[in-house]
Amino acid sequence: MSALGLIKGYPKKMRESIELVEKTRDERIKHPYKETYRFLALEERDEVLQKHHPDYKREMKRALKIGPNKGDLVPLEIADIIEAHSAVDPKDIDLSHVDYDTDILIIGSGGAGLAAALWANYSGTNAENILIVTKLRFGDSNSKMSQAGIQAADRPQDSPMLHYLDIMGAGHFVNDPELVKTFVMEAPSIIKWHEKLGVMYDREPDGTMIEDLIGGLSRLRVHCCRDYTGLEIMRNLMDEVQNLGIPVLEFSPAIELIMNEYGQAAGAVLWNMETEEYFIARAKSTILTTGGFGRLHIQAFPTTNHYGSTSDGLILAYRAGAKLRDMDSIQYHPTGAAYPEAIVGLLCTAKLRGRGAQPVNKYGEVFVNPLEPRDVEAAMIIRECYEKNNGVETQTGMRGVWLDTPMIDTLNGEGTIEKAFPAMFRQFNRQDIDIREDPILVFPTLHYQNGGVVINVRTETAVPGLFAAGEVTGGVHGKNRLVGNSWMELQVFGRRAGIYAAERAKKAKPGKLTLNHLVKYEEMLKEAGIETDRRSPVLLPEYRGEKALSHALDIL
Amino acid sequence: MSKSDVEERKVRVYVMGREYKVPFGLTIMKAMEYAGYRFIRGAGCRGGFCGGCATVYRIEGDYKLRVTLACQKTVEDGMYLTQLPFTPANKPVYDMEKSSPSVNVLLEYYPELAKCVSCNTCTKACPQDLEVMDYVQAALRGDFEEVATLSFDCIACGLCAMRCPTEIVPYSAALLARRLYGKYVMPRAKHVDERIKEIEEGKFEGEIKNLMSASLDVLKEMYTKRDIEK
Repeated sequence: MSALGLIKGYPKKMRESIELVEKTRDERIKHPYKETYRFLALEERDEVLQKHHPDYKREMKRALKIGPNKGDLVPLEIADIIEAHSAVDPKDIDLSHVDYDTDILIIGSGGAGLAAALWANYSGTNAENILIVTKLRFGDSNSKMSQAGIQAADRPQDSPMLHYLDIMGAGHFVNDPELVKTFVMEAPSIIKWHEKLGVMYDREPDGTMIEDLIGGLSRLRVHCCRDYTGLEIMRNLMDEVQNLGIPVLEFSPAIELIMNEYGQAAGAVLWNMETEEYFIARAKSTILTTGGFGRLHIQAFPTTNHYGSTSDGLILAYRAGAKLRDMDSIQYHPTGAAYPEAIVGLLCTAKLRGRGAQPVNKYGEVFVNPLEPRDVEAAMIIRECYEKNNGVETQTGMRGVWLDTPMIDTLNGEGTIEKAFPAMFRQFNRQDIDIREDPILVFPTLHYQNGGVVINVRTETAVPGLFAAGEVTGGVHGKNRLVGNSWMELQVFGRRAGIYAAERAKKAKPGKLTLNHLVKYEEMLKEAGIETDRRSPVLLPEYRGEKALSHALDIL
Repeated sequence: MSKSDVEERKVRVYVMGREYKVPFGLTIMKAMEYAGYRFIRGAGCRGGFCGGCATVYRIEGDYKLRVTLACQKTVEDGMYLTQLPFTPANKPVYDMEKSSPSVNVLLEYYPELAKCVSCNTCTKACPQDLEVMDYVQAALRGDFEEVATLSFDCIACGLCAMRCPTEIVPYSAALLARRLYGKYVMPRAKHVDERIKEIEEGKFEGEIKNLMSASLDVLKEMYTKRDIEK
């Protein structure tokens, strides 16, 4: 027992519940994977979502008062950054002096931005005519944190049609069919590209990819690199960008887009986070790959997301006239860490369930199939903790259910956890918890922006000259994304963004630069009667002082 | 964490020498924020995956300099903290298409590997607990599989390079080794090539078009009735 009264990481009260989990384990293990618990019918899914998923709380949303999506319901936190003044006053900006003149400006250096940069270069744009700008360090992104993997229907037992069906069903059938078709048909060629780059996918000795079936899928389809899949792909892409000599500006987020006299996007105002100076970047094609909004802490949820995930690109695009879609829909990952305090909200990868770990309540009872789509799985966990009151409460008042990780080694052979889940093993080990021996406590955590900027298959937005790819966009995932489809989206549409942006840059003229769209936006705010001190983009979350403590979670 | 817990359990930390009292149970990162710092450098993913928050610390009364990740380590009483905002590490440029996993290729790009004195400081400095010196030695031997396997969980935080007395950047050499291993040594997945060929030949076009034009009811039925493999 430690000085704090913890026994191998857990207090006595939680240990008592763990004993109940251990008692039911032998019986449960006889029915792993899809046999665990029946899948809910579509109507049952709707019912549990309506009642328990945070997305369905009407009072946590409001209708937008301005812009192309006027009248649409969005989370309050998103409405707040949309109904806000620009961080930039056009009067303070001298557009006559261009600091960076480039063919293609890429905003964001995650998986989508880097794919765009590489494919723009492969498509004939010289490295020196591409510029990647990024808010924090080169490569800082959610992409790097992705654990479970990346989907591509490339096994003989699988097909693009099944991939298509899985995506549409999980997304509640509102996804953009053209985007989904493009996605499933181009996915295998991305895996091939990664092989050529040198990505070390987990493989059988004969080269066959090791693929997982995880929540919402009908086939084993998630390719992985241990549980560092995102990191492994990112370091290959980053190294390649550096080898090709594509310039990168770090700590220089775009704080507004710049337009030209033809109403086209023509670059961005950049801001050096360290020297606090602005710079003007002029471009013939501009690509937004800025990611999502986890660090806005929608409904005060903790998040799995990177420090910089503050939805900057979304508001920049909206001010420039881009349309958004499905912004009412947010992904809460079913299994965020609920204990201990130091790691609350961090991701416990869906691959744990894919390899057999079952979610069980405080009595060690199964209450949901571990392979439901994420929104359903999350809603069922919330129901178990609150409506049914079968959750485990921690010392800090957080509730959660157990994810029975020791099952993984029993089902897949000893050593599986260390080999296939080194990141998870390490993360909990640092907190004195051995996930091979003990289950972990989990609760849904804010994970992903399902919707975003509307694009077509050429990744064009409603604003000419402005392309977008990755989490900042909407359409592929409808109202709920499947595991492993975010990384593939980054690659399929990042690649397309690079190719089509390069095509456009060959003939486009940058034109005369203007920030008139900001003046017009300001007028719209005034006309709508919005009086506020809020400014956006917010760039970084505010955690100083008491805010460093975990966000209290009020689910009831 | 409730208010009373916060008041009861505070520890002293010294951020670059200056004392602050912060709640017990916070990570170093959150503790510094609690103390009033706002990160621009020194914070990244906040989940142990990006290597952006390499931290050097010493515990009061002890001479030993320790290293960790600020987002992963919880504060202890009497911690003297500083961060590594940037590592000015060397990374040569190479063409992967023209490189090969030959025994000497790592030494060609990273000749300083040969200066390794096997002091094991890099291994001790690794917050991921990797066997860094072992993979440096494997790199010297040109054993790509060993380098790739041992270094795979590296998050390139920079600490091994900053501690190495002979200025080796283990993680950059390991990156090249892994890429060469992944590209040239690991067996390729034949089923991926076969599927790409089928797609290029238009094998699925008809069926996908049918799905795209199917009514919502038909699509829902197909979805509900599809068989689950595992």
